[in-house]
Amino acid sequence: MSRAVLTTLLVANRGEIACRVMRTAKALGLTTVAVHSAVDRDARHSREADIRVDLGGAKAAESYLDIAKLIAAAKASGAQAIHPGYGFLSENAGFAKAIEDAGLIFLGPPASAILAMGSKSAAKALMETAGVPLVPGYHGEAQDVETFRAAAEKIGYPVLLKATAGGGGKGMKVVEEESQLAEALASAQREALSSFGDARMLVEKYVLKPRHVEIQVFADQQGNCLYLNERDCSIQRRHQKVVEEAPAPGLSAEQRRAMGESAVRAAQAIGYVGAGTVEFLLDARGEFFFMEMNTRLQVEHPVTEAITGLDLVAWQIRVARGEALPITQEQVPLIGHAIEVRLYAEDPANDFLPATGHLALYRESAAGEGRRVDSGVSEGDSVSPFYDPMLGKLIAWGEDREQARLRLLAMLDEFAIGGLKTNIAFLRRILAHPAFAAAELDTGFIPRYQAQLLPAPQALPEQFWQAAGEAFIQSEPTLQRSDDPASPWAAREGFRAGVPAQISVHLNCNGQNQALGLTRAAASPFTLEGEQLVVDSNGMRRQHLAIRRGQTLYLQWEGELHAVTAYDPIAEADAGHSHQGGLSAPMNGSIVRVLVEVGQQVEAGAQLVVLEAMKMEHSIRAPQAGTVKALYCQEGEMVSEGSALVELEGAEG
Amino acid sequence: MAILHTQLNPRSADFTHNSAAMLEQVQALRTLLAQVHQGGGPKAQERHTSRGKLLPRERIDRLLDPGSPFLEIGQLAAHEVYGEDVPAAGVIAGIGRVEGVECMIVANDATVKGGSYYPLTVKKHLRAQAIAQQNRLPCLYLVDSGGANLPRQDEVFPDREHFGRIFFNQANMSALGIPQIAVVMGSCTAGGAYVPAMADEAIMVRQQATIFLAGPPLVKAATGEVVSAEDLGGADVHCKTSGVADHYAENDEHALAIARRCIANLNWHKQGELQQRTPIAPLYAADELYGVVPADAKQPFDVREVIARLVDGSLFDEFKALFGTTLVCGFAHLHGYPVAILANNGILFAEAAQKGAHFIELACQRGIPLLFLQNITGFMVGQKYEAGGIAKHGAKLVTAVACAKVPKFTVIIGGSFGAGNYGMCGRAYDPRFLWMWPNARIGVMGAEQAAGVLAQVKREQSERSGQPFSSDDEARLKQPILDQYEHQGHPYYSSARLWDDGVIDPAQTREILGLALSAALNAPIEQSRFGIFRM
Repeated sequence: MSRAVLTTLLVANRGEIACRVMRTAKALGLTTVAVHSAVDRDARHSREADIRVDLGGAKAAESYLDIAKLIAAAKASGAQAIHPGYGFLSENAGFAKAIEDAGLIFLGPPASAILAMGSKSAAKALMETAGVPLVPGYHGEAQDVETFRAAAEKIGYPVLLKATAGGGGKGMKVVEEESQLAEALASAQREALSSFGDARMLVEKYVLKPRHVEIQVFADQQGNCLYLNERDCSIQRRHQKVVEEAPAPGLSAEQRRAMGESAVRAAQAIGYVGAGTVEFLLDARGEFFFMEMNTRLQVEHPVTEAITGLDLVAWQIRVARGEALPITQEQVPLIGHAIEVRLYAEDPANDFLPATGHLALYRESAAGEGRRVDSGVSEGDSVSPFYDPMLGKLIAWGEDREQARLRLLAMLDEFAIGGLKTNIAFLRRILAHPAFAAAELDTGFIPRYQAQLLPAPQALPEQFWQAAGEAFIQSEPTLQRSDDPASPWAAREGFRAGVPAQISVHLNCNGQNQALGLTRAAASPFTLEGEQLVVDSNGMRRQHLAIRRGQTLYLQWEGELHAVTAYDPIAEADAGHSHQGGLSAPMNGSIVRVLVEVGQQVEAGAQLVVLEAMKMEHSIRAPQAGTVKALYCQEGEMVSEGSALVELEGAEG
Repeated sequence: MAILHTQLNPRSADFTHNSAAMLEQVQALRTLLAQVHQGGGPKAQERHTSRGKLLPRERIDRLLDPGSPFLEIGQLAAHEVYGEDVPAAGVIAGIGRVEGVECMIVANDATVKGGSYYPLTVKKHLRAQAIAQQNRLPCLYLVDSGGANLPRQDEVFPDREHFGRIFFNQANMSALGIPQIAVVMGSCTAGGAYVPAMADEAIMVRQQATIFLAGPPLVKAATGEVVSAEDLGGADVHCKTSGVADHYAENDEHALAIARRCIANLNWHKQGELQQRTPIAPLYAADELYGVVPADAKQPFDVREVIARLVDGSLFDEFKALFGTTLVCGFAHLHGYPVAILANNGILFAEAAQKGAHFIELACQRGIPLLFLQNITGFMVGQKYEAGGIAKHGAKLVTAVACAKVPKFTVIIGGSFGAGNYGMCGRAYDPRFLWMWPNARIGVMGAEQAAGVLAQVKREQSERSGQPFSSDDEARLKQPILDQYEHQGHPYYSSARLWDDGVIDPAQTREILGLALSAALNAPIEQSRFGIFRM
């Protein structure tokens, strides 16, 4: 087989995966081409590419999902191949076909393989023939509610609705009872349509206490196919993976082989080429059922790389060139243990609402043995509402699981992100949880330990406020006057004549306010040394990360980075005057549906407006019963965070 | 450059003895100040805060740039004056930095007699305004006062330096371009109403501040109209209808934040220009000053030991070191600012007075601020000295001091007696600030000299009328005079009457002078024009 020429690679993606693919490509001496939307002009993936092509548009549909623009970008930049990353067009057979038709190389499986797996229902039928075990369900073409109602009845509740073309939790809903079915189906169909351009759904049994274990497979054009061990991705939140690890704790060599061989059969059944993942549900008895095959490189591929020492992107490039896989199944390594967590810009305390904004502070953990960070942002970047809010991934490898876990915890401690909310503390609580440490994994982990993983916000302790006050004052920028540059008035030590020094600060943190009077009869036990607040007490010195960025102090306290600002009485007073009864957009996004009219009576909890942001739908609901007094938005409109959408007049008013 | 090397051994018995004696006085001062800072006491404070109001010192702390210094003046005002406690005379005044601008802050303490104006309250308010005007400091008035103390109306209302002068000053300072900002946080009645009304900008706190020329009882008595205080002169009336106030605040903290914005929008430039250096600390620790001053006030000490502990790097370029040696003159830097220092090292002789006058002329011509370190029993007396023209030489020094327009700062570090007080820039010579150390004493002459003089006069009277005047008689006459002079010469007595701006911890002298120098630079340094020097 003649080797394909591949010297320039276009990555049809953004964020951490684009950066990660380009890193290997560069290491192999390839020229890298990034594509970017209008808002991503200066995003990290474009900055790191050798050549960047502006696709224009802000919405994914106008940029990263526009096949014609991508092919044109490849042609213009001289790229011979396109890597799709994950998400976007990575599992779009039309894209793969268009690339092939354009005489370019698609760094993924053939269009036919995508097509075969792209429809979940068709894939299941295929797998059944190939002898791969399946979960009971309905995978038919008929999409009316009645068909689903009948199918769900037959399977037995609870059932799981899934987008036929989907993945990644989008367009996926658990239905506990029949009464919820219609609304859930409609909502899932809308989400599926907006995410994948395909509203078709399937329904299957919602297996209780299952583990999500998946097999990484890799096939070359010569017909060889390997399984590169498994990953356990059981720690999920609403079907979105949060923590992934390899190997799966407690999986015996026999089970590994059985699942691996099953996965290879699945791949071979569809003529697979390149990197793919076969996902299984593993129940408590060790039985496994085929769920789906992801015909792309997975988000969590680094844990496989960590325990095998392989570079899967490098393999993708080799396979695309027509090279055969360099090792045999017996030679696939399995060394130690690796755990990955996904770092998101989101607010765990507020139903994981995606967070947008400016990364005022972004500090990654230090490099070191067994540590890996795959990220797609840098300090100063913005997280826009248009795309997935994942910032990156932290991967730790260890000789055993515990070493990897502790290493990952240490990495999380070193991470410091300010300017928007992230799930760092949530991830930290998962990893530190005794059940996680004991490898008691199943997909119900997060809901089961909800109370511990998402504790109700506590009043910040006195000790914290003291430390915050000291760090805030000591990091306060000096207001230097040009007409009196060295004035002693600029000092921040609270000088008072004849009485102890007195410093007064009123701070705000996590929505809590605290007026502090720091008196200095003796030397303060808190000293800010660079970016560390050193606390000297009882002969012990402990340090807390304390980084000042403009008006905000970021202080690490008990595993969480707190953003501390000066309380602003003017802003507070203004907020008190703002529209009473106004319901505002929780984030930037577009209005997909307006469900009420002016003058309409609504009950408490009624859906008023549906907002789409970060590819997810968010309902704005009535906080109490009342009458719609005014509407400030219409369908299709882009709204920014905090803008008023609906004005509601209370029933009592 | 000349470095002042200390001749003292901090481990010597004398030094530690002196140090202990001074520390005792400093501790007493700290205790007294801490008490003064309690204002009207816990009960009155509790009543005040239960209405959602901040205490006056909390208000000041919130107003200032966080952690920045506050240079308070007149903390001991009215101490043991009225036979009742009126801590700090019921008004807190001092300089603090707001949005990078040094401002004079005057805050009524409503926990002290409802914030009403005693004679010394008026005097302190006027002193604060005088400092503001001299140094060109924007004024912030945190108003919360019942107005004039009615039983003492004759001592607070009619005279030139009484209540009316507050508004006279406001108008004239505003005319000079010195911003006048009023934050009304409580009542502001009758004459007091002119504080916000005459301010450049006024802020009112809703449901808390009231401004009216006559309160509801007086209105009812005068016209029969029945109206609530809020409807008569609350923030809603004045911010929305009358226009008496400009900014509407939800609470104290909001009002103070608005006041900060007012200062931030001043476009403020300091007009004093000095060639500054990077500040460096003295070679010796500030608290060594405790050991420098002898516990026995009659013992002399070398004032260079004090200078060495005040100035940058202990560097001091002395002028005429070999002439008129009882007055030490020289140039130094303090917190980076150039200063010309005159410091007593004994009694003033003719040569010392001439040297001082010469040195002041130098400083004025060069635009360098003057620092007087007073420890003076007076000018030399006696036939020889009168014949030598000590009066005209002394007059030269007094003329120079009086006419010098550069910023002047005086610290009384020992005695301040007689004409020595004049020649060394006492209160009457308008130093920008005047402070006393706890060991200092002030009076027209020493207690013993005064008692001696009066005993001598009495003896001569008795002898003329042929009456006997025994030594017992003399002792009986002298003792009350000694007691009176000792009592009235004490710095607390002085400070209570605002003859000075405060009694300070010697160890804080450098810090306080640095702040004062910086504050003084808000005003331009003017050219001096001297009167006739009698030759």
